[in-house]
Amino acid sequence: MSASVLIVCMGLMLLAAFTLGRGRSLSVRGEQRLNSLPYFYGMLTVMWSALPGVAMLGLWLIFDDNVIEYVAMQYLPADMRSVDDGERSLILNQIYNLAYDQGATLAPDYMVSAAQAVNRMESHSRWLMSVVVLSSMAIGAGLMWLRISPALKARERLEKWFRTGLQLCSMIAILTTIGILLSVLFESLRFFRQVPVTEFLFGLDWSPQGAFHADQASSGMRFGAIPLFAGTLMIAAIALVIAVPTGLMSAIYLSEYAPSKLRATVKPLIEILAGVPTVVYGFFAALTVAPFIRDLATSMGLDQWVAVSSESALAAGLVMGIMIIPFVSSLADDVINAVPQSLRDGSLGLGATQSETIKQVVIPAALPGIVGGVLLAASRAIGETMIVVMAAGLAANLTANPLDSVTTVTVQIVTLLVGDQEFDSPKTLAAFALGLMLFLVTLALNYLALHVVRKYREQYE
Amino acid sequence: MSTTMNDTFLDDNANIPEQAVGAPFSDDAKIAIRDVSVAYADKKAVHEVDLDIGRNEVIAMIGPSGCGKSTFLRCLNRMNDTIDVCRVTGSIKMDDIEINDGKLDVVPLRARVGMVFQKPNPFPKSIYDNVAYGPRIHGLANRRSELDDIVETSLRRAGLWNEVKDRLDQPGTSLSGGQQQRLCIARTIAVSPEVILMDEPCSALDPIATAKIEELISELSNNITIVIVTHSMQQAARVSSRTAYFHMGRLIEVNPTQQVFTNPDHQLTEAYITGRFG
Repeated sequence: MSASVLIVCMGLMLLAAFTLGRGRSLSVRGEQRLNSLPYFYGMLTVMWSALPGVAMLGLWLIFDDNVIEYVAMQYLPADMRSVDDGERSLILNQIYNLAYDQGATLAPDYMVSAAQAVNRMESHSRWLMSVVVLSSMAIGAGLMWLRISPALKARERLEKWFRTGLQLCSMIAILTTIGILLSVLFESLRFFRQVPVTEFLFGLDWSPQGAFHADQASSGMRFGAIPLFAGTLMIAAIALVIAVPTGLMSAIYLSEYAPSKLRATVKPLIEILAGVPTVVYGFFAALTVAPFIRDLATSMGLDQWVAVSSESALAAGLVMGIMIIPFVSSLADDVINAVPQSLRDGSLGLGATQSETIKQVVIPAALPGIVGGVLLAASRAIGETMIVVMAAGLAANLTANPLDSVTTVTVQIVTLLVGDQEFDSPKTLAAFALGLMLFLVTLALNYLALHVVRKYREQYE
Repeated sequence: MSTTMNDTFLDDNANIPEQAVGAPFSDDAKIAIRDVSVAYADKKAVHEVDLDIGRNEVIAMIGPSGCGKSTFLRCLNRMNDTIDVCRVTGSIKMDDIEINDGKLDVVPLRARVGMVFQKPNPFPKSIYDNVAYGPRIHGLANRRSELDDIVETSLRRAGLWNEVKDRLDQPGTSLSGGQQQRLCIARTIAVSPEVILMDEPCSALDPIATAKIEELISELSNNITIVIVTHSMQQAARVSSRTAYFHMGRLIEVNPTQQVFTNPDHQLTEAYITGRFG
């Protein structure tokens, strides 16, 4: 039975379960009042039919290969069964090739009989699966059907099932986060077994590529993460210096001064900025802004005093600042709009000018939301990769000079994981340690943002 | 209009007078309003109102919801400027100076004509800063001690001082509804206004808080002109000396409060105060 036929059969089965369950509730009702509407009895029967069916289907699909392989191995001589995983899969490959008529015909008898067993089992497996699945569905529905009585609290039971379903959905995001965190954590622990935590956290030298030749071992590798975090913080700081005032001012203009028509046009336009792919910002930064800054710095004679590079933290920071303007302005605009008009009226009614009202009443009342928006923009800036790869360079310089090239945590993760990877070398594992650190930093920022917003949320109203 | 529609609404419409009946004018007018109309976009909300507001009197504005009394009130300190589509025409003179004039600076005007709103709206600042807000923006105090004096005097006049003197640094929003409204009144009187406009100041308050505010209004009326919009006829009767009745954007009747509630001149006023609509 093919997969599509099975699915159609399962659908029909569920439909039948619904009709039977609903019909049963109507027929057992007699003079009594049903606890729930007939529909709920039907749906409950469907649930009892669907769950065992889906469970059997899942189990079968997961385990049938293992069962077939296990049985096939039984045809082999004892000494061939106790081999390691690599050889085992080689032997299984031979068996499968024989079974599908692709292998050599000159095979030992036991191999041929194993292949025949595989063929037999595979042809029966699908049929058997269909039978098992459909009969489990029928049994489930039947058991439910027998239990239907007017006193059965079908609605409450069904709602319980749905609540469980909703809980499972909400758990997926949380569990995924925990899973990612754990995998990053364990790889990081492997890294810290090879490189001391203190060197990673406080080292000033980052050169993970180390020596070129194998005989030099890992002598040249240095894993001090300070230059990376310094670069990240410098670029994020430049970006915030650009984005926070610009975004805030534009939000104030849009929500307090602009005519409503202009606001309706301009706000979506600003939000489009957030939709531009970061790689586009990246080549804009690398091809236009970075050379411009270098030329400007050179023409001002700054290159006599400090290093002026064609890839600079300033270029990446400026463009990243433009990129995160909409995060600040859109969120600030929303919270400024949420400040009650009665507060503005109160201030204007006392003879305050519009700008006094904005500075002394509206902005303080909207501050928690504004801070939240800024922190969101900050975590976005810290996690941004593409612009920095293209515009700020790859050199892990520990410098306070924004005209020099720097690198960030995210960029280093990319370069560490591009190309061949060996999961026992600290070079690859370092990426996980950096990822963990970055995760902790953004987590702390998000927590801070939530905390600030919660603490000051009920200032007005 | 269709004569088949037998609606009291249309009957009432037919009885609207050209000019408000009773005594709309005063010999000692603080604010003289002549031929004032207000329109939101194309919809006219207030029609050709002529009214004098006497010096240091308490005048109450009553009428059914949507009759234009709040809109009219907001003309007197130009608060309608904050609504884009709102247009005010006609003449409003305070002490013989035209205030419905686009060239007039509203900042000093609003300092002279304060406003108390329907819902208490303390700023999300401390009690002290709420009261000090007006004096600060108008530069009324040069030293901290002067500001302290203004804050204390205002809170005393608003009858709030004894309740808050030990917690001036706490947020104004932490007070009860009635206290918040008295804080808003204290905030308004801190800039020494000559006129206070009150837009249903007690509609969100319980009877005890309402009684305190009414008492406060009586005290303030010694040297401040008060215009109060209210839905409570008892309140109008208790606090005001004159009462103006608005109906569908028109001023119908203005008379001494006593007369309005016992022997109104106009049948619409009578219908309203006897509860036939409203």
